[in-house]
Amino acid sequence: MKIYADNAATTKMSRTAIDTMVKYMEDTYGNPSSLYMIGQEAKEALEEARETVAKVINAEPREILFTSGGSEADNQAIISAAVIGAKKGKKHIVSSAFEHHAVLHTLAKLEKEGYEVTLVNVHEDGLVRPEEVEAAIRDDTCLVTIMMANNEIGTIQPIREIGAICRKHGVLFHTDAVQAVGHVPIDVKADNIDMLSASAHKFHGPKGTGFLYTKKGIVLTNVIEGGAQERGKRAGTENVPGIMAMAAALKEAADKMEQTSPYIKGMRDRLIAGLKAIPHSAINGDEEHRLPSNANFCFEGIEGESLLLLLDQKGISASSGSACTSGSLDPSHVLLAIGRVHDVAHGSLRLSLGEDITEEQVDYIIRSVGEVVEYLRSFSPVWRDLQSGKAQHIL
Amino acid sequence: MALYSDKVMDHFLHPRNVGVIEDANAVGEVGNAKCGDIMKMYLKIEDGIIEDVKFETFGCGSAIASSSMATELIKGKPVEEAMQLTNKAVAEALDGLPDYKMHCSVLAEEAIRSALEDYYKNDPEEKE
Repeated sequence: MKIYADNAATTKMSRTAIDTMVKYMEDTYGNPSSLYMIGQEAKEALEEARETVAKVINAEPREILFTSGGSEADNQAIISAAVIGAKKGKKHIVSSAFEHHAVLHTLAKLEKEGYEVTLVNVHEDGLVRPEEVEAAIRDDTCLVTIMMANNEIGTIQPIREIGAICRKHGVLFHTDAVQAVGHVPIDVKADNIDMLSASAHKFHGPKGTGFLYTKKGIVLTNVIEGGAQERGKRAGTENVPGIMAMAAALKEAADKMEQTSPYIKGMRDRLIAGLKAIPHSAINGDEEHRLPSNANFCFEGIEGESLLLLLDQKGISASSGSACTSGSLDPSHVLLAIGRVHDVAHGSLRLSLGEDITEEQVDYIIRSVGEVVEYLRSFSPVWRDLQSGKAQHIL
Repeated sequence: MALYSDKVMDHFLHPRNVGVIEDANAVGEVGNAKCGDIMKMYLKIEDGIIEDVKFETFGCGSAIASSSMATELIKGKPVEEAMQLTNKAVAEALDGLPDYKMHCSVLAEEAIRSALEDYYKNDPEEKE
């Protein structure tokens, strides 16, 4: 059996997205900046895509900037807010400890340039508390950036409340919504969002394409110079096939969300129930406030990379926050942020389901994970110590 | 290209000498769970020869494969020879490890050495 259960890493492109992409590679391949027909056709198509994308998140077309993906959108949003802040003498930014590195590393860069950053705590349930965000806001705060849904544990943050707090204090609010767009309903107006980053390949679109929503009136700073594309805010010939495919994929995802979301959630809940039955395991993050597709667990006494390799042998593609999968000595900063100790964080498993998942496949995953965990524990000195009472169980 | 060589995958999927020796006369444990790797080696040494060796490992694929290979390299060998085992020899026998996984072979070398030191400590007359 082959089961792709790593949809948080990337998704398979939808047929519609592929067909759209091919059309703009094969037929309408002109440069949108060219004056002749196939150039202008590409330009018109691009503006249609902008409308499509805007509509899904209840934004205006002119508020959508196409980028190379979520990371670029995060970089540009944060840098732009920092530049705006600096002009008013405001050089303080509030974020959270478990953001994506596209956010954390950009903040670290700004710190070197004299900005101050406050990272609010993430609680054991994988959620940021709006009141703690409010408490962190100072007179010189220029930006709050909190992700909509976490990429590892899938927890969905109280974005609307945090946005309302930012409005109250006159602070810009950016959210990295890479994991959420196309999977949960988003309304930038109702959710009080000033800036939002998204990536196409997380919702069955192509890699290398994304967008940044920026509320009218907020001036962006370029991270790529060299041309007048995207209202002069992002140079470079537009990735027309990618953008068109992204818009098609996003429309498709939004149109069928009402049907697919409860189905995936049902499968996910079955998976969670099954994995919970494995002794000394625990789910990471709140069970309710999480993406419909995400199940993330820690298993005591084993290490994540060997778990993944053995699951791969059984045809299951998944991921882990263990140090060994990242090439560093520390396990995932997300798991550490929610209070998992190193020993336990090394034994984590993230399964993120797609809409084609079946009950039979979920049961196969549950069985396989159970077998592999038991096997790895059978020769784990950590597990031996836990079983003999030499060490205490945490989970 | 797979992450690991066929040899590494073979030793990871079918580890040799897995388990515990109840009457081992040399035991060594290295690493810590915080860093994500622990290796424990059990040796049965008779007349200066490593008659039997078993291991338990908590760690990634290359840690398990390195433990397995290290046990194969020292089984049936004189203690003095096992003392000379290097991490390089373990990694080479596995047809190489990715750079950032070399520490797994170091851990295997250290686990064997730790067990042999335990042996000398228990049986000082054996030490020249």
